[in-house]
Amino acid sequence: MAEEPVIRAEGLAVRFGSRTIFKDVTFDVRRGEIFVILGGSGCGKSTLLKALIGLVPLAAGHAWLLGEELAAEDDAARRALLRRIGVMWQSGALFGSMTLAENIELPLEEHTDLPRAAREAVARSKLGLVGLGDAAGRLPAEISGGMAKRAGIARAMALDPPLLFLDEPSAGLDPITSAGLDKLIKDIARDTGTTFVVVTHELQSILAIGDRCIMLDKDAQGMIAEGDPRRLKAESTQPTVRAFFRREAA
Amino acid sequence: MDPSPDEAAAQIEAQEEGGRRVLRASGRIDTEAAARLWPEAMKAAAGAPFAALELSGLKGIDSAGAVLLLTAAPDAEFRGATEQAAAVLERTRRALGTAPPVSAPTRWRPITAIGHATVERARTAVAGIAFMGEAVVTTLRVLTRPRLLRWSEVLRHLDEVGTRAFPLTLLLGFLIGVILAYQSSIPLRRFGAEVFVPNLVGISLLRELGPLLAGVVLAGRTGSAFAAELGTMTVNEEVDALKIMGVDATAMLVLPRLVAATLAMPVLALLMNVAGLAGMTLIMGTLGYPWASVQNQLQQWLSLQDLFGGLFKAACFGLVIAGIGCRAGLSAGRGPRAVGDAATAAVVGGIVAIVAMDGVFAVLFFRLGI
Repeated sequence: MAEEPVIRAEGLAVRFGSRTIFKDVTFDVRRGEIFVILGGSGCGKSTLLKALIGLVPLAAGHAWLLGEELAAEDDAARRALLRRIGVMWQSGALFGSMTLAENIELPLEEHTDLPRAAREAVARSKLGLVGLGDAAGRLPAEISGGMAKRAGIARAMALDPPLLFLDEPSAGLDPITSAGLDKLIKDIARDTGTTFVVVTHELQSILAIGDRCIMLDKDAQGMIAEGDPRRLKAESTQPTVRAFFRREAA
Repeated sequence: MDPSPDEAAAQIEAQEEGGRRVLRASGRIDTEAAARLWPEAMKAAAGAPFAALELSGLKGIDSAGAVLLLTAAPDAEFRGATEQAAAVLERTRRALGTAPPVSAPTRWRPITAIGHATVERARTAVAGIAFMGEAVVTTLRVLTRPRLLRWSEVLRHLDEVGTRAFPLTLLLGFLIGVILAYQSSIPLRRFGAEVFVPNLVGISLLRELGPLLAGVVLAGRTGSAFAAELGTMTVNEEVDALKIMGVDATAMLVLPRLVAATLAMPVLALLMNVAGLAGMTLIMGTLGYPWASVQNQLQQWLSLQDLFGGLFKAACFGLVIAGIGCRAGLSAGRGPRAVGDAATAAVVGGIVAIVAMDGVFAVLFFRLGI
């Protein structure tokens, strides 16, 4: 019997007032996969991510994460499910009154019984993983946007969740840091079986890390492609997909 | 809750092998196991350093488990680890190697803290003086080139500062009039002087409370809004963008607010006075004093000097509150707390400033016989 997908999305639709952002979005994400949601600016990539984790209400469709439908759960079950999910926000979304280490210690403090010294060491190790080992004591206001983004990834990984959502992880990063981040994502997925859902429009990242992807399109108000990004680049005949992968002007 | 089979099996044990210390870990060392085993591991690590980590019995490991083992045995070699466990441990070791422990915050030293605070206050004062100077220079420039002042902005702020504050001002003024009338009627009645309540309330409102309370409303409503709006613009680098475009940020952002607040405040104070007198008149009516009696007292005892003195003060309060709000916003720091700090500074600074100014005016008016 095939393994149950980590994410199952069926006929998802989101509308803001009378404006449809996307509709009929259906896909599965398998365990240990790096799944990329890609598309041009304003096509609803981040909205789809937020809809999957329950922050944006669905106008239609159902989404199951780790076998459970978030919208149908009671508060306790929702909380338990959200503890098994990590999210890195586009801006980092770090808490301004806490140092980077304290930002990462917060979920550990809330959800584990680890003593303070252990939490502090785990926070340092997570910051070290994203290349911010020497910035643990700094406040978010004292670091750059790219650093905040990396710290956001470190915080998302604090509890070693089996499912990680990353919203534009490499946007605004220098090529070396971006490549390092891509490698880190691949290593973690390989070593721990963590599933990644990455929202991005960075072509190099998509091709470097994506096992499978879906592409959203603003005009089509939904999905226009699904599959291995490298194959889509080489074989797709869909004009928008071709233009996206070949960086051609519309 | 019963532990899971993996968690129950998770254990660590310090052993001696040919004179070398070995830390043996078995079971699944995950976050829950790490929390349970942490004191034991730190106790074992207190002795001689471990030369090896024996991991053949390891069923699984997460990053908290890796941190536990590497904190207890930082330089140990890994023995018998699966490829995946070795990868997690190696990655965590590299990460910890680049992340030194955060040094404890410096101990609080009172003398140093007082010194820092004094220097900080002095800097703020100097920056405040520079801001005032800039505002004055820009005002003079606007007098020679009126086009520099954006009247559409002035009107927008007049609406924000003035029109939208009318209902609140009227309500507060009316209530203050009612309260003052009741409170002053009690002692005055004992001397048979209840008829003088309008004199007391009228003079208090026109000379002091009208402008002062309108100032408090302005500081709370508008000073904070100015600071928050300009603070957000500063944090979003919009002010820098203006400067780089060669646009005079003071003329565009500060002056319209100063003009609007200075023009709106006398109106707000006047409304506060009228509403207060209306409230007082109503209460006097309930105490048996007809409108004609109240009007007679007010006409006898209140002068235009009282009214205009108060309105002049109100205009000065408006200028200062708007200035403090703008200054707080434009000097906002970085980060999400900056805007909140700026708004707080604007309200506190505005209220303190108008009370202090009121004291100065009181002395001045007394000396001038106004």
